[in-house]
Amino acid sequence: MNSLIVLPILLPLLVGAACVVAWRYVAAQRILTLAGSIVYLAVSVVLLERVASEGIQAVQKGDWIAPFGITLVADMFSAAMVATTGVVTLVIVVYSLGSMDRPREAWGYYPLFNILIMGVSGAFLTGDIFNLFVWFEVLLISSFVLLALGGERAQLEGAIKYVTLNLVASAFFLAAVGILYAMAGSLNMADLSQRLGSAADPGLVTTLAVLFLVAFGIKGAIFPLFFWLPASYHTPPVAVSAIFGGLLTKVGVYALIRVFTLLFLNNVDYTHTIILWVGAITMVTGVLGAVAQYEFRRLLSFHIVSQIGYMVMGLGFFTPLAMAGTVFFIVHNIFVKTNLFLVSGVSHRIHGTYDLKKLGGLYRAHPWVGMLFLLSALSLAGVPPLSGFFGKLVLVKAGLGIEQFVVVAAALGVSLLTLFSMTKIWAEAFWKPLPEGTETHAPGAGMGPMLGGIVTLAVLAVVMGVAAGPLFVLAQQAGEQLTNPAPYIEAVLRVRGGS
Amino acid sequence: MNSLILRTASRFLLILLFQFSIFLLLRGHNDPGGGFVGGLVLAAALTLYAIAYDVRSMRRFLPCRAQTIIAWGLLAAAVSGVFSMFKGQPFMTGQWTHVYIFGVDLHLGTPLLFDIGVYLTVVGVVLIVIISLAEEVEEDD
Amino acid sequence: MEALLAIVIGVLYASGVYMLMRRSIVKLIIGLALLAHGASLLVFTAAGLTRAVPPVIPYGEKAVTGVADPLPQALILTAIVISFGVQAFAMVLAYRAYQTVGTDDLDDMKATDT
Repeated sequence: MNSLIVLPILLPLLVGAACVVAWRYVAAQRILTLAGSIVYLAVSVVLLERVASEGIQAVQKGDWIAPFGITLVADMFSAAMVATTGVVTLVIVVYSLGSMDRPREAWGYYPLFNILIMGVSGAFLTGDIFNLFVWFEVLLISSFVLLALGGERAQLEGAIKYVTLNLVASAFFLAAVGILYAMAGSLNMADLSQRLGSAADPGLVTTLAVLFLVAFGIKGAIFPLFFWLPASYHTPPVAVSAIFGGLLTKVGVYALIRVFTLLFLNNVDYTHTIILWVGAITMVTGVLGAVAQYEFRRLLSFHIVSQIGYMVMGLGFFTPLAMAGTVFFIVHNIFVKTNLFLVSGVSHRIHGTYDLKKLGGLYRAHPWVGMLFLLSALSLAGVPPLSGFFGKLVLVKAGLGIEQFVVVAAALGVSLLTLFSMTKIWAEAFWKPLPEGTETHAPGAGMGPMLGGIVTLAVLAVVMGVAAGPLFVLAQQAGEQLTNPAPYIEAVLRVRGGS
Repeated sequence: MNSLILRTASRFLLILLFQFSIFLLLRGHNDPGGGFVGGLVLAAALTLYAIAYDVRSMRRFLPCRAQTIIAWGLLAAAVSGVFSMFKGQPFMTGQWTHVYIFGVDLHLGTPLLFDIGVYLTVVGVVLIVIISLAEEVEEDD
Repeated sequence: MEALLAIVIGVLYASGVYMLMRRSIVKLIIGLALLAHGASLLVFTAAGLTRAVPPVIPYGEKAVTGVADPLPQALILTAIVISFGVQAFAMVLAYRAYQTVGTDDLDDMKATDT
């Protein structure tokens, strides 16, 4: 009896379909989406609480016995990701109510957004590797359309790159799943975890692991496969940019963590060392790319790449502490990164540009916006007592624990460069006087919902820092589950529906 | 296209293929068939009609916009899975009931509703592709 | 038969990648389609080629031997449907990009790169 796990997938589907039925009535779509995202948040928090108190939850769709049916599983990591999705979804919906333009709303922004959230939740909750592929495609297709919706030149050019690279990744993913099935004869991840441990040909398993690394690496934007991200994420409206930058790439990282903590464990020395160094190089290249940028959202896009490096590095360390730090860091990063994009939207609203050289004087005119930006920016850089500090602290501690000094040094250096980048935005957009010739618009209606969303996420960044202790207990639970797959396997293969 | 033979034939074919698509839809649970192929057959029939006449006259057959057909299909498929949850069974567990009507024992269940959802979705998707591509061309002419 | 299909898969992948490298968006999309076909055929071949009867078991009978594994077929069908949808979208996208930018040369679509 576990209908709770189905709801995060079912709810956005129902709301999305209802929005299409109400195609001509944008006001109805807004209300439906807002109500849907509030219920989604409530459901995801209840799910998180259930997983925290009762352990891993699993359900078999259609009551087919595992490993033959499709399993939905919520362990601590999945549940935390779904809960984070719930928060970010609600914030973005509120922000969209104030900032999305009428043509895009009339052309199906809300249905697409809901289907996107359905795909994201499906990817987080599925326990079946082919099902994961399907959810990835669901979220990709809706993200393609969201990216291109509006049809501006930059959007179309960005979308071509995004679509191409993601389809190549999907082809890799599909091929890898096919070979996996041929080799192990199962698609259920818990079942696969057992079968791959005793595979006849460990070399082939490692090859397959690298194939998955490439597929998820493209989707999650790790070095050297990230170049599509800064070329496309800054082109759509800011609410879409925010959900892409905050959430979508993390789904790739989630999938990477899931397969490399559950399936490919028979050659950890080889695979996880590659992952570790790839993570380190991703951090460094991302942040160096950001240093040269003067476009608000492009700069943030490069920082996404850099932060992905931290998460992948945590996976590379592969100790319970490191995994706990990674989970904490991912959740923190989703909040903070989304918020930075949302702030860039406010500056665009006021001055009509994302070019840092043309921006200025925002702190003098809107001190509150400045403070909200500063909270998120310092949290991203890892200044105590904000959320980013604790995520990085745990990762660094985990790295020192297994004596990976070079990587840890790189992580600390990148942190410093992140701070430099953030102070650059601060100095250019907020501190320096407004340059001649930049127009200033009245913020107008809609500013209320936009600021409401930003305040919520900024408060969360502070809360995650202040209440890091209790939250980290949950993260540690997730870390334990990720480094010891036995309870996950048992939870999946034991479930019998109907009872 | 301007072919008298195709125009005359497509009108009869449309009815025949519609019946055939329903047949495929209904036999789908126990035999090869199902909502997917059924939907494709109907969509192909409508496409043939659109080729013989034009897209505008094909659209007369649609009760609503193609998007709306997809939406109802998705809703039907999603709702078909919900019934089992009220009985405390996992999502999408099949629920069956017998209906006696005109002396025939009808074996109805939620998988049929799901198949109808798939059928509607497939018809909607194919038509949306055809309509948006074809109308662009017809505008250019 | 496996060897032949392996060669076909290789050819599909190679021509797909070659088309991806071209500058025209139309060829790019053809390349993506070929790549998707290659992946589907790979799944089909890897899962094993057998001469067997369709896995439809009549009501009341026990499982019979010599039936084909239905799962790879289901996977491929799903993958084909997905790639159909995605490619339909990619074509429309390419067409819109061609209308907006006025060329189908990818070298002229660098506005978002710098």
